[in-house]
Amino acid sequence: MIRDVLQELEAVEAALLGSGEDRAALERRRDELLSRLSSLTPEDTVYLARHPHRPRIDDLIRALMTDFFEQCGDRYAGEDPGVLGGIARFHGRPVTVIGTRKGHSLEENIAYHFGMPEPEGYRKALRLMKQAEKFGRPVLTFIDTPGAYPGMEAEARGQGEAIAQNLAQMSQLTVPVISVITGEGSSGGALALGVADSMLMLEHAFFSVVSPEGFASILWKDAGRKAEACGVMQLTAADMLRFGVIDGIVPEPVGGAQRDPAALYAALDTALAAQLDALCALDERELTARRYEKYRRV
Amino acid sequence: MPEREKLAPLGGWARLNLVFDEGTARELAMQAHGEDPLGFPGYADKLAAQRAKTGLDEAAVAAEGRIGGERAVVCALDSRFMMGSMGTGVGERVTRAVEHAAAHRLPLIIFSASGGARMQEGVFSLLQMAKTSAAIARFQEAGGLFISVLTHPTTGGVTASFASLGDITLAEPGALIGFAGPRVIEQTIGERLPEGFQRSEFQLAHGFVDQIVPRERMRETLALLLRLHSRAEEGA
Repeated sequence: MIRDVLQELEAVEAALLGSGEDRAALERRRDELLSRLSSLTPEDTVYLARHPHRPRIDDLIRALMTDFFEQCGDRYAGEDPGVLGGIARFHGRPVTVIGTRKGHSLEENIAYHFGMPEPEGYRKALRLMKQAEKFGRPVLTFIDTPGAYPGMEAEARGQGEAIAQNLAQMSQLTVPVISVITGEGSSGGALALGVADSMLMLEHAFFSVVSPEGFASILWKDAGRKAEACGVMQLTAADMLRFGVIDGIVPEPVGGAQRDPAALYAALDTALAAQLDALCALDERELTARRYEKYRRV
Repeated sequence: MPEREKLAPLGGWARLNLVFDEGTARELAMQAHGEDPLGFPGYADKLAAQRAKTGLDEAAVAAEGRIGGERAVVCALDSRFMMGSMGTGVGERVTRAVEHAAAHRLPLIIFSASGGARMQEGVFSLLQMAKTSAAIARFQEAGGLFISVLTHPTTGGVTASFASLGDITLAEPGALIGFAGPRVIEQTIGERLPEGFQRSEFQLAHGFVDQIVPRERMRETLALLLRLHSRAEEGA
């Protein structure tokens, strides 16, 4: 299991920091482990995408942007802290940044429903996107969610309708939209923030019609066959690039972004800036026509 | 929900025949065979078996015709074909129906009946949600009338895309309508769902449906709505 490899690697690296005698053996072992981590199975990818120490949206905003001003509430019914959004500067340019939110602790994760938005979260996101359009700000979205929250109240308040509205209205926004799948990108709950001119994925993120557990449960009535599901779903960033579903892969440090977040931030910053510059050169009509054609072809 | 209020599933063609004026329906000619984009194990055989069993090529049919004399494009999902799940074939047929309506400036009616995404088509199934929603948005932006009719069951990716985007939304009595399936919600909350949860009457009470229309009144209701939006009547 990749978890054991990562744990051993941490131990070996810690030992190398000390003054042990057997440095050559430790270095050899470290290199073996790193080499094991440089070719991953889809199940390994799913593990890394869900790693509890993977950078979260607030980390990404702090590392890549300045002047972040958070905006709360959908202006209809409530505030869903499971979606974070607001205005910030990226490379000096004001942007609207929105994304699903996972926590750094159990308490945070409970408050954020483990990254599963409620209808209010999607409606807040749409409100901020429409506002971005009004003020000519590009929209950047970060996606890391197992899907929309499947609760009774969420259903009563129109989870399906909220997602549908985002899909329809994002397809028509007249400002550039860039989405980055940073971890899990599962189900319509992920796509509802991902109708974009340009979509990037972190190297160990995944994108899928439903979570691997959900897939196994629906197709084989057995959520326990998750590993098998990972094998057949074709959900990695490399799969998506091959399908033409995404525009680029942001490289991660060997063993995952959590091993060296600064390296990830630098790579993501470069990739996002390049996409944004290219899209800002297009006029509104070109932008919306290109976006429509992109989804029309799938 | 009392058993008598539940309606038996209706195939796509039966659905169309029930609403079109007799002899006016003309199938929209289109190649919209579902493909097998992932090369998913066993899927090609499954599709072939479903086609042989149902006589359909996919889980959706579409035609142009007249309802109470008014021209309209009608698309109907067929839950007998792989639970009406939306893969590339269904997404393409729905989108082409929208485009046909747009090109001929006709009203569009879609009868939804779907268990959600077509698992075997993976992310391509997911992306049909964006494709169909974008097509509907463009059609509506240009002034097109879209009447969405929700029938049993309308769930998952179909609920969270075109089915929820109607200018007017109707539902058949007692239909299950929701995004997350009841089983998933029960697992999340750890208790049984109350009677009537996610049924048409629940959706009406929560503001997501304009009217519940029994099957025997569907045709006259659609005819009325088409007349109320008829361009011929403008300025007349």
